[in-house]
Amino acid sequence: MTRTLVIGGGPAGLAAAWAAAQSGQAVTLLDDNPALGGQIWRGQIPARYRRFLDPRITVQTGVQIHSASQLPPADRIILATGTRELFLPFPGWTLPHVLGAGGLQALVKGGLPIAGKRIVVAGSGPLLLAVAAYLRRRGAKILLVAEQAPYPRIAAFTRGLWRHPAKLLEAAQLGFGLRYRPDSWPLRADPGSVTLQGHGVIPCDYLACGFGLVVNTELAELLGCRVENERVLTDPDQRTTVPHIFFAGAGSVDRSLLEGQIAGFGPERGRALHAARAAAVAFDRRIDETFALRPELSSLTTPDTIVCRCEDVPFRAIWPHRDWRSAKLQTRCGMGPCQGRICGPALAHLCGWPAASVRPPLFPTRLENLLDLRD
Amino acid sequence: MIPLTVNGQPLTVPPGTTVAAAVMRVQPAFRRSVTGESRGPLCGMGICMECRVTLNGHPHERSCQLLCAPGMEITTP
Ligand SMILES: Cc1cc2nc3c(=O)[nH]c(=O)nc-3n(C[C@H](O)[C@H](O)[C@H](O)COP(=O)(O)OP(=O)(O)OC[C@H]3O[C@@H](n4cnc5c(N)ncnc54)[C@H](O)[C@@H]3O)c2cc1C
Ligand code: FES
Repeated sequence: MTRTLVIGGGPAGLAAAWAAAQSGQAVTLLDDNPALGGQIWRGQIPARYRRFLDPRITVQTGVQIHSASQLPPADRIILATGTRELFLPFPGWTLPHVLGAGGLQALVKGGLPIAGKRIVVAGSGPLLLAVAAYLRRRGAKILLVAEQAPYPRIAAFTRGLWRHPAKLLEAAQLGFGLRYRPDSWPLRADPGSVTLQGHGVIPCDYLACGFGLVVNTELAELLGCRVENERVLTDPDQRTTVPHIFFAGAGSVDRSLLEGQIAGFGPERGRALHAARAAAVAFDRRIDETFALRPELSSLTTPDTIVCRCEDVPFRAIWPHRDWRSAKLQTRCGMGPCQGRICGPALAHLCGWPAASVRPPLFPTRLENLLDLRD
Repeated sequence: MIPLTVNGQPLTVPPGTTVAAAVMRVQPAFRRSVTGESRGPLCGMGICMECRVTLNGHPHERSCQLLCAPGMEITTP
């Protein structure tokens, strides 16, 4: 019996685990969250997808994989490690009332009461609308949704949605009655307020701010898979450059579900889903083009703005360095506990540096965990 | 409901509440940065490490990835 290990229990990982179990593979599914469902569902898997929880799957939650030696033996590994938010440094972004957009949503899903709170949602991408709609349903006052993308691009994208009636309806329902403003972004945050391009100072309890999504490629890289343009390289069967390792997801939910199933079923049965995946990939590409970041955002970071939150490194300290490696060694930027996961993508955007490669362990671990590192 | 304390202050939270959400009910700040700034959660998903607290005497626990349990003692600087 083929032993398949799936890492990540979001839409892609759940679909992969289910498809693999359906095809008679012995499946183990690992995730570092307390519950399955990934960033979008967070333990609340919608009824129509609960069939993915096939009882034959061995599930382990609360397990974070940070080195190859931790992996149980497997014939096939499917990585479905998803995405994180992109944060761009601007004055005041380290204040406690400034959180990620998905970040604040995750905290509310984790039990933070939000009713009556005044919230500005800002940054870029379809996630802003989803978060604003969710927080509003939970009783928050959404003062404004500031989208950096220019109005003509948003308008053209929305007009094109008539070809996807389900998505158009979803966008209309999410957006109904929200103050959604393109051509706007945070210039600075101060305790209890944010200053937005074109809208001035807005007092608020929280600023929920994210500039799009970054693929979590670290584990794939650690296992030797090739990464290009911030994505893990895969063939049509979702196979990475390492023959027994597959990568699925980190796109829209539709695409992630399809990629997960293609990886889980394997080449023969998976082929039937290739056309549907191509359509989902094309839609994701339109989203990327629509919400491409404008160059002005790079000038939000002032010399004194902290870029590395772990080591409190100001942007000024980075200037003399030509690449991330040099900046890391001289300033400790990216050397703290997040291991450059927050400042790496930010500096890639600000300085055009490619993200530096990772070394095991992926996350700093307690010494006692390190002692049984075998590789 | 789950009883616990945040910096000695008693609090009860519904089951399924993360430690980070419990702390935020009481205060916005979770840790001090290396230069002494007050910091709180950013990513909500276990990546940024800004939400670290001391949990039952163990320092540096990522509060956004942990669920509250009865009797937990959470402390922040
Ligand atoms: C914070 C956030 C909030 C989002 N909210 C929404 C939303 O409301 N609506 C929407 O349409 N889209 C949302 N998205 C986008 C959504 O995540 C994608 O559209 C899609 O669901 C991706 O699915 P996935 O299975 O590829 O990844 P994910 O859902 O991200 O799942 C990946 C899983 O892998 C786990 N993992 C990662 N690395 C490791 C490791 N080393 N060891 C163990 N486990 C690991 C993660 O904890 C996570 O549970 C959000 C994205 C983010 C980052
Ligand atoms: S809020 Fe980022 S790790 Fe917990």
